[in-house]
Amino acid sequence: MTTRTWNNPIIRWIDYRLPVFSFMDHHLVDYPTPKNLSYWWNFGSLAGITLVIMIATGVFLAMHYTPHVDYAFDSVERIMRDVNYGWLIRYLHMNGASMFFLVVYIHMFRALYYGSYKAPREILWIVGVLILFAMMATAFVGYVLPWGQMSFWAATVITNLFSAIPLVGESIVTWLWGGFSVDNPTLNRFFSLHYLLPFVIFGLVFVHLWALHVHRSNNPLGIDTKGPQDTIPFHPYYTIKDAFGLGAFMIFYLGFVFFAPDFFGEAINYEPANPLVTPPHIVPEWYFLPYYAILRSIDFDIWFVSAKLIGVIAMFASIAVLFFLPWLDRSPVRSARFRPIYKQFFWIFFLVCILLGVVGKHPPNDPVFGGVEWFQYIHLGKITTAYYFLHFLVIIPLIGWLERPRPLPESISTPVTRRGLAAEGTA
Amino acid sequence: MTDTANSATAAPEGEADGENETRRDFLLIATATVGAIGAGLAAWPFIDSMNPAADVRALASTDVDLSAIEEGQAITVVWRGKPVFIRRRTIGEIEAARAVDLGDLPDPQSDEERVQKPEWLVTLGICTHLGCIPLGQRSADPRGDFDGWFCPCHGSHYDTSGRIRKGPAPRNLDIPTYTFVDDETIRIG
Ligand code: HEM
Ligand code: FES
Repeated sequence: MTTRTWNNPIIRWIDYRLPVFSFMDHHLVDYPTPKNLSYWWNFGSLAGITLVIMIATGVFLAMHYTPHVDYAFDSVERIMRDVNYGWLIRYLHMNGASMFFLVVYIHMFRALYYGSYKAPREILWIVGVLILFAMMATAFVGYVLPWGQMSFWAATVITNLFSAIPLVGESIVTWLWGGFSVDNPTLNRFFSLHYLLPFVIFGLVFVHLWALHVHRSNNPLGIDTKGPQDTIPFHPYYTIKDAFGLGAFMIFYLGFVFFAPDFFGEAINYEPANPLVTPPHIVPEWYFLPYYAILRSIDFDIWFVSAKLIGVIAMFASIAVLFFLPWLDRSPVRSARFRPIYKQFFWIFFLVCILLGVVGKHPPNDPVFGGVEWFQYIHLGKITTAYYFLHFLVIIPLIGWLERPRPLPESISTPVTRRGLAAEGTA
Repeated sequence: MTDTANSATAAPEGEADGENETRRDFLLIATATVGAIGAGLAAWPFIDSMNPAADVRALASTDVDLSAIEEGQAITVVWRGKPVFIRRRTIGEIEAARAVDLGDLPDPQSDEERVQKPEWLVTLGICTHLGCIPLGQRSADPRGDFDGWFCPCHGSHYDTSGRIRKGPAPRNLDIPTYTFVDDETIRIG
């Protein structure tokens, strides 16, 4: 680590006492970054920016929102109709949640494709999975706040998942509710948690970046950087690339905000919560659909364990299995570019995740293809759920063992300069 | 740590360095343990504060007038924020509920165990799967394959005794505690 000396006396004075400027210089300016990063590496910074947007818009929403069952729905309608630019702030927040998940899912599939979860980045990856869990909790409690029909019934169905736990399940659910059904105490604490959790995410993101900056970014080749000829400074090269990506992303995001603000939402959530009437078709937000499909596809008891409990376990396990991925994948080669068999299974897995989402969207007993009555979404759900776990628990370990990876280039610069390390002298 | 074994035969205080360390280790572990237990106990008030508060627990029981309900009709009343289904069953419905072989039921319970008077079926209107409100209270509602209730959320079918017959729900519809105050009135809770 070479510490820069600062010319400006004020900066020098501050930096001597609190080295913020050296810190920024070290992590954002001079920071050596692999020179071959593709656009798939933009999504980390996009996720960070989206988190900031969510917190900023959320704080302003909270200035007008009332967490009480009698006023919550009306206060959100007031934000939409009466508060100056309230509609804008709420639509930014609502669509921002969808963008956040979209960006993070792309970010994660990127990691799966290029093997970014492998040594020495296991902890980086595990913290990422923790961030996903925390995001899910945040989005879930946030969705309850407008107190529409879907808010209420999502809260009911999801909190009831915990009743599947043997012996203490019912007490846990009562504890979560603070009553005997989803009611005012529930809404109050969900608001408290919805304000708290994004800051927990912020803390986790900090740990995530800390771990990242120890071994630095992976890259499309999945090989380590071998020296200065393989890297470029973060600024200006990646600051400009991230800024460009941000511009493209904002066009996409604001396109929804201004032209299709309710695209991701359910119309029935503009109906106030009614504890006595369940809407005919309950669906979660799109980013939860695959997990919901896994939950529903378990409709059989195994031995003395109820279908309900297995469904809940399977749903949580579908994410928890990611914690173990660095050890399930035995292949020493990171990037799928050099893993001909893994590459194909990666795409099959990607397709299965999309299919799970489609299954989660439809009533279980609807036919998948019109006219073919016997093949229903519940069947497709069972097949894709089984495949999802098979991918992690059987296919990945087997490929790691059986596959013959293609030869790796000597360094990042070798394929480009052909002279490889020899280029170091001229660089 | 052979020192540890020796220390049982206690040498005079402060004699060997090794012994001092063992004693220190013990004190350290004991202090840390007490501290951890204390911190754990201090967490309890915060955890318990999230349980139902006294006013929520004190919600009164509900009296329901049954006189206006015709045979074959059902009403929904609210008790502790939850819907309660009260159905005045027809002879046909009662017979259907009693004709079932208990061996066919996922959660075996006879109809006699579930009612106080055969005519009146009183259950919580909450699906035992994940808490949706089953359909079947209104005459236009779908009642499922067993003519009782149908839960639209994940497709649970209940019979005319409110027992689970098909679908993911694990248990029969729960029966709240209630008493007949007189022939026309029940008190729930
Ligand atoms: C991780 C970041 C966050 C996520 C993923 C998130 C997600 C959500 C979601 C999905 C909704 C429901 C939107 C709707 O359908 O109306 C919501 C509502 C809300 N959020 Fe957040 N949120 C985040 C951060 C925050 C923060 C930091 C605050 C406050 C400081 C906040 C305050 C609110 C309020 C007041 C509402 C209710 C108003 C409304 O529904 O539009 N959010 N949030
Ligand atoms: S809540 Fe009734 S079937 Fe799931």
